[in-house]
Amino acid sequence: MAYDKFNILTSTAVPLPLENVDTDQIIPARFLKATKREGFGDNLFRDWRYNNDGSPKADFILNNPIYSGKILVGGKNFGSGSSREHAAWAVYDYGFRCVVSSFFADIFRNNCLNVGVLPVQVSPEFSEQIFNAIYSDPNTQIEVNLPEQTITILSTGAKESFEINSYKKDNMLNGFDDIDYLQSMKSEIESFANGLLL
Amino acid sequence: MSKTLFDKVWDSHVVRKIEGGPDVFFIDRHFIHEVTSPVAFLGLKSRGLKVLYPERTFATADHNTPTINQHLPVEDPLSANQLKALEDNSNEYGISHWGLGHQKNGIVHVVGPENGITFPGATIVCGDSHTSTHGAFGAIAFGIGTSEVEMVLSTQCIMQPKPKKMRININGQLGKGVTPKDVALYIISQLTTSGATGYFVEYAGDVFENMTMEGRMTVCNLSIEMGARGGMIAPDETTFAYLKDKPLSLKGEAWNKAVAHWKTLKTDADATFDKELTFSASDIEPMITYGTNPGMGMGISKNIPNAEAVEGGVATYKKSLDYMGYHENDQMIGKKVDYVFLGSCTNGRIEDFRAFASIVKGRKKADNVTAWLVPGSHEVEALIKEEGILDIINEAGFVLRQPGCSACLAMNDDKVPAGKYAVSTSNRNFEGRQGPGSRTLLASPLVAAAAAVTGVVTDPRDLL
Repeated sequence: MAYDKFNILTSTAVPLPLENVDTDQIIPARFLKATKREGFGDNLFRDWRYNNDGSPKADFILNNPIYSGKILVGGKNFGSGSSREHAAWAVYDYGFRCVVSSFFADIFRNNCLNVGVLPVQVSPEFSEQIFNAIYSDPNTQIEVNLPEQTITILSTGAKESFEINSYKKDNMLNGFDDIDYLQSMKSEIESFANGLLL
Repeated sequence: MSKTLFDKVWDSHVVRKIEGGPDVFFIDRHFIHEVTSPVAFLGLKSRGLKVLYPERTFATADHNTPTINQHLPVEDPLSANQLKALEDNSNEYGISHWGLGHQKNGIVHVVGPENGITFPGATIVCGDSHTSTHGAFGAIAFGIGTSEVEMVLSTQCIMQPKPKKMRININGQLGKGVTPKDVALYIISQLTTSGATGYFVEYAGDVFENMTMEGRMTVCNLSIEMGARGGMIAPDETTFAYLKDKPLSLKGEAWNKAVAHWKTLKTDADATFDKELTFSASDIEPMITYGTNPGMGMGISKNIPNAEAVEGGVATYKKSLDYMGYHENDQMIGKKVDYVFLGSCTNGRIEDFRAFASIVKGRKKADNVTAWLVPGSHEVEALIKEEGILDIINEAGFVLRQPGCSACLAMNDDKVPAGKYAVSTSNRNFEGRQGPGSRTLLASPLVAAAAAVTGVVTDPRDLL
């Protein structure tokens, strides 16, 4: 599915310093019953964000008007558990375009790249610096520069590089997805399949 | 050059290598279910694409199905709509569909192997992280997202960087009451829930060699819970004996030829791994989890560790114990249990029901416990009846439900109420996993049975 191109994103950020945030928290299973990709952002972090009666939980970060932005900064091992792409859809649909963490779970990272959310893995020290910067000033601007593969805390100038393979980087910069690529090599795939035993 | 089992299977499925990017990776077998496939089919439609090899994809309904009265229309309109979408999409694109009510219906990772769809050396994916289960057969099997489901449908390929390789060796004799589930929960407790992220695991050593296929599936199933994309075990005579004569297994000369090839699927003696870990079988006791991720597990006789003694953030750890209503240093034995769930792709096979029955035989279900016993498939259900297990569990006051994922992820009505404790043979104890506010203790079928008859967390070794 097409997504917006990603180049340089400068935004405030929302801090969520918990570790091992699993995809069941990002979007609980009972909200996976749709047959279309619509409205998942409303249920992002549903059970942390809302009480049973649907009223917002005041102590959850997304309900705190002080913090907002297009960047979500999570704790270590963000996105563990279920492979549900709905988690990445919910993050995107809510309005985040980038998730920063010192460590990502594999499938979630992959899913993000496939739907146009940039996962930026930083060192634990830099992650600390980002949290501190946001807590001391929620208006702190973070710049995520995909062409340069850098993330910068603009108020302090602290900067770190991040990794992304050149293929995925190219896709994100251009808003391409893997299906476009795979479609272009169909005859190669078919001749490969013809050589298989099973 | 020497290769690991993983290298042999991976390298033989690379269609194209992209410089500085992922491999274009061919998929032999693709499973789909009702929850993670509808949007992939929408994608196909909007791009005007066909399914390239419909005979390589198999559909079954499991995540969102009721476990009672399956002959009646599904009440929840959203669930019914998803089931209908799976059926319609399968029909439209010529994909085999084992929907609700079909005699082969069941949990995707149970019905795949028991029908011989899974085979050694195969590459297998599904929009479900527990696809790692099929690694028990020496296959590379892992979970994918819906965008990738669309890729497999349309091109039979996905784009994946090759993961790093880890080998986990366990030798020795497992103690009384120690099951494959305990082995897996022990490994996860040692590695943490992210300790194998970025790796594909091979399990080696006589503990795994001596396991049945059911046991190996339980172990490989839980690979994802330590962050690994998947885990695998080299195929051997146990594997071949399990697969021989399964409905979709090869027959005759084709079978013999395949077995000869499968026998070459093992790690060469001098092949190397990026990481290698060794544990001793004698260190493993029946396990139970006390927190909100599968890495928070320990031997059932132990006390909950102090925050300072565990790796990771203290705040996260304390939040987790608060959610569970537990405290540091608490003993788990004797903790109250409200629900018991036997089932799931982790422990919903015949062996798991045999184990459960071995403890409840001649005993009675505790009055304070609500128990859900859910077979992984109709075939498992049939064996439960055939082997007399149904009589044993009925006499003990339990009833058998119908196949499906059920309370493992509680998408259907099998939800544990807020604040209640469930001893569950499933795979995840995340907050709210078994229903909003539910509290899950992951354990083996033996521990589940012990809890079901005593009403509290109980060491199953005392009842064996």
